Amino acid sequence: MRHFVIVGLLVITATLLAYLGLGVVGLLPEQASAQAVTIDWLFNLEIIVLSFLFSLITVPLLYSLVVFRKREGDETDAVHIEGNTRLEITWTVIPLVIVIAFSYLGALNLGEVRRVDPQALDVKVVGFQWGWSFSYPEYGLKSLSELYLPVNRQVLLKMESRDVIHSFYVPEFRMKQDLVPGQITELRVTPVEPGWYTLACAELCGQDHAAMRAPVVVVSREEFEAWIEQKQSEAAEASLSGPSADRGEEIYRQYCKACHSLDGSNGTGPTWRGLIGEKVRLDNGATLIGDEAYIRRSIMEPNAQVVEDFNPNVMPVFGLDELQIEDVIEFIKTLQ
Amino acid sequence: MKKFFSLGLVKGLVYQIIWTAIGAAFVTLIRWILVSRFGFEMKLFAFDRNNVFFTEPAWVVGGVFGVIAFMVGVGAVNDWVKWALGLETPAHPQDEPGWRGYFGPSVDHKVIGIQYTLTSLLLMSIGGAFALVFRTELTRSGLQFLDPNLYNTLMSLHGILMIVSILLGIAGAMNYLVPLLVGAPDMAFPRLNSFSFWIAVPAAVLLLSSLALGGFDTGWTGYPPLSVRAPLGMQMFFLGVFVAGWSSILGALNLIATVLRMRARGMTAFRMPIFVWTAMATSLISLTATQLIGLSFQLVMFERLLGMGFFNPAQGGNPILFQHLFWFYSHPAVYVFVLPGLGIISELLPVFVRKPLFGYKWVAMSSFGIALVGFLVWAHHMFASGMNEYLRVPFMYSTLLVAVPTGVKFFSWVATLWQGKIRTPTPMLFILAGIFVFLLGGLTGPPNATVSTDLHLHDTYFIVGHFHDTMFGGYIFPFFAAIYYWFPKATGRRLNETLGKLHFWLMTPAFIVLSLWMMRVGLLGMRRRIADYDAAMGFDLSHLIMTIAAYVIALSVLIFFVNLIISIRKGREATGNLWQSRSPEWQVPSPMPAHNYPEPIEIVGRPYDYGLEGSVYVKVGK
Ligand code: HEC
Ligand SMILES: [Cu+2]
Ligand SMILES: [Cu+2]
Repeated sequence: MRHFVIVGLLVITATLLAYLGLGVVGLLPEQASAQAVTIDWLFNLEIIVLSFLFSLITVPLLYSLVVFRKREGDETDAVHIEGNTRLEITWTVIPLVIVIAFSYLGALNLGEVRRVDPQALDVKVVGFQWGWSFSYPEYGLKSLSELYLPVNRQVLLKMESRDVIHSFYVPEFRMKQDLVPGQITELRVTPVEPGWYTLACAELCGQDHAAMRAPVVVVSREEFEAWIEQKQSEAAEASLSGPSADRGEEIYRQYCKACHSLDGSNGTGPTWRGLIGEKVRLDNGATLIGDEAYIRRSIMEPNAQVVEDFNPNVMPVFGLDELQIEDVIEFIKTLQ
Repeated sequence: MKKFFSLGLVKGLVYQIIWTAIGAAFVTLIRWILVSRFGFEMKLFAFDRNNVFFTEPAWVVGGVFGVIAFMVGVGAVNDWVKWALGLETPAHPQDEPGWRGYFGPSVDHKVIGIQYTLTSLLLMSIGGAFALVFRTELTRSGLQFLDPNLYNTLMSLHGILMIVSILLGIAGAMNYLVPLLVGAPDMAFPRLNSFSFWIAVPAAVLLLSSLALGGFDTGWTGYPPLSVRAPLGMQMFFLGVFVAGWSSILGALNLIATVLRMRARGMTAFRMPIFVWTAMATSLISLTATQLIGLSFQLVMFERLLGMGFFNPAQGGNPILFQHLFWFYSHPAVYVFVLPGLGIISELLPVFVRKPLFGYKWVAMSSFGIALVGFLVWAHHMFASGMNEYLRVPFMYSTLLVAVPTGVKFFSWVATLWQGKIRTPTPMLFILAGIFVFLLGGLTGPPNATVSTDLHLHDTYFIVGHFHDTMFGGYIFPFFAAIYYWFPKATGRRLNETLGKLHFWLMTPAFIVLSLWMMRVGLLGMRRRIADYDAAMGFDLSHLIMTIAAYVIALSVLIFFVNLIISIRKGREATGNLWQSRSPEWQVPSPMPAHNYPEPIEIVGRPYDYGLEGSVYVKVGK
């Protein structure tokens, strides 16, 4: 009996110590979304229960190791206790109840995390090897390289992948969602803390998976409006001034650099150096001369004409608009 | 020299290499005819990183030829071929004497058990060495000496080699122990047993060959569409796993037949040693689920070779379907990995506590409970995958349910220790650490099971830490315990205790530090499977600590190997019942002769009645 009392007290102490200790260490990153607050509530509850269960097993285990060690010279067996059906039922039924309770709480929590705000801001997210692009259909903005979000307004992210599976993950938002080719997946986030965060791909997607990041900027409503206006006027200017090699280079940096070099060395895709006006050998044996029409077709239907010694189905379709394609061609022209 | 080439293993490998080349040449010839005669448009040879001389179809067919040739070369199908030709073979084939017997197709379950175990240790060392390489790379942020492709390949190979190593390790333990524990002279189908072991060898060769054939960058999960685009190494990975699956399925079949049909007189179900229960539960999973991983990989192979778009949305396929098929095996597989280890814990605890296993029947049934529930939880790997959202809730319920039978095991172990007379030689130390580490792995499971918290944890280092805990606690620690415990049975000598304790006291703290730190950085947002991390996240120090811990583990395992080598020749002799166990195999002198017990044994009591005056479990002879 004495053993049970001591162990009981030690279990309670250990539980408190474990819980407080984990609290002091600090387990989770900053809470930057409304969903994070909800999710962290469940985390906290789980940490309490798990601290208790951890103590419930380790304390009697360590206690036994100290108190019930074999004494020097004692070669006899211990007491013959075979089991106890009532105990077994207890430690089957109580965990069962806890487990069901947790599942129920987990389901409620998930419901809360998914709560829909009909006023949500729509943002389209596109993932590709190895980068991200963002569009704001409400404001007619396309293919931006940073994700700007207004604080305290729910955003509905509609996500697609151009090539393989990727995953949208911002640790401070506490959530991820895969981007699956051929399907649009959704994630709802309500940022609550202005600041700079990093979006990173969480699903292994090949060579540069580790570097597949993009900045996420949460700003006040006014700053957001100002940013939108600025981007809109930049876009308007661009469509007036015609194709520009500078913007083409920008697009190259953002989307194409992973596979195409400018210095004559081949990577996953052929180099762009000297593409215009030189012979291109295709994998069906044909040859042609690199010109604007060929480049345009290569971008829009990459599998139509595949360059010799490269693989089809590798180069993604990016959905660049007319102006962007012209910008890229303008840029390639400068690479003689 | 000639003697060397007559070794089954060497002959098998030579056959495999030659026939791989012949197979590849054969396909290339057919393709050449199609091109030159019938005007097909395709490449015969390719000189890029992705194909390496022959084209992909040629390599794949070559790989299949190679596996078959290996089995012929090693001699694992000799008797069947002779029977098919109407020839007689000896009823009890003799092994070559001495160490050479271990390099050929023996049918003695004890030899096969040791073959499995040694192969497992070899693969574990290779997989572990790969881990050290990329662990070193991760010590600091920024790329040091690996390029991302090599990093991905090493990381992927580490995963699959460890998995195959574990499968072979448990097969080794089950092969060696189950016939001894149930009092049988051998497994039910000795030749099939030999076949199951040997087919794992060409499978391992295929897996390793992927390193030379462009590698693969998908992780061991091989999700399409990435795996459809990966280099040629991908196909060797798929083929290797497919072939290794045969080993699992056939081995499981054999084991089930053995337990059902070959138990000693008087050994009713609830008088079986507890390890036999877990071996049964494990084998039932292997027998029925392994097909699904083979199938899912085969579908991707066909997608690559024949353009069948099973998982390609442009052709009406669905990438998420693959994940369902894959996890339908690969979740239950984790119970395949850990159940035998948990069985070893339950088997050894009573011996070192000198008390019956608390609640034997409950512990026995809990293994089946885990196996059964384990079949219903696979989609918990897919909470963020984009599958139907509502599916996530039932899978949360079923996943959390696993905690119940697992809890029964923990409570029973603690109750077994309570009021015992605990001794702590090396095997017991590993058992205790196994319980503790598996507890860490078990407790970090529920946060991955509740959907909303998993949305944060999924695909982070938290998961990496969690499953390394379950694998070390459920497999590595019990497996080492088993080797320290049964080594005398196999060799008649015992392993050096000092070196054993050194192994233990280096490995345990280092591993606990490693896994806790993995979980820590994971909680803070460190993604898994990344070749490099952002210095701004401030993880450099954590990674330095993890790398040091990994090297300490490696050092401890090195000490273990030294111990093995020294003790096998110079270890203290131990031919009797070294641990005062009641189990049948310890009632006869070590090492065991071929066909095990000199006379049939009879079971006349319950297995773990330690402390019950005058009780008997096994009667040897009349
Ligand atoms: C994932 C790697 C990858 C990315 C990213 C990529 N490409 Fe490609 N690209 C390829 C491959 C592989 C080929 C050769 C096979 C083919 O022709 O489809 C190619 C071919 C081309 C060609 C024909 C080149 C020649 O030498 O004939 C053009 C033009 C091109 N890409 C443009 C682009 C543009 C523009 C972008 C960015 C918006 C881009 N690519 C991004 C992989 C990529
Ligand atoms: Cu990625
Ligand atoms: Cu699982």
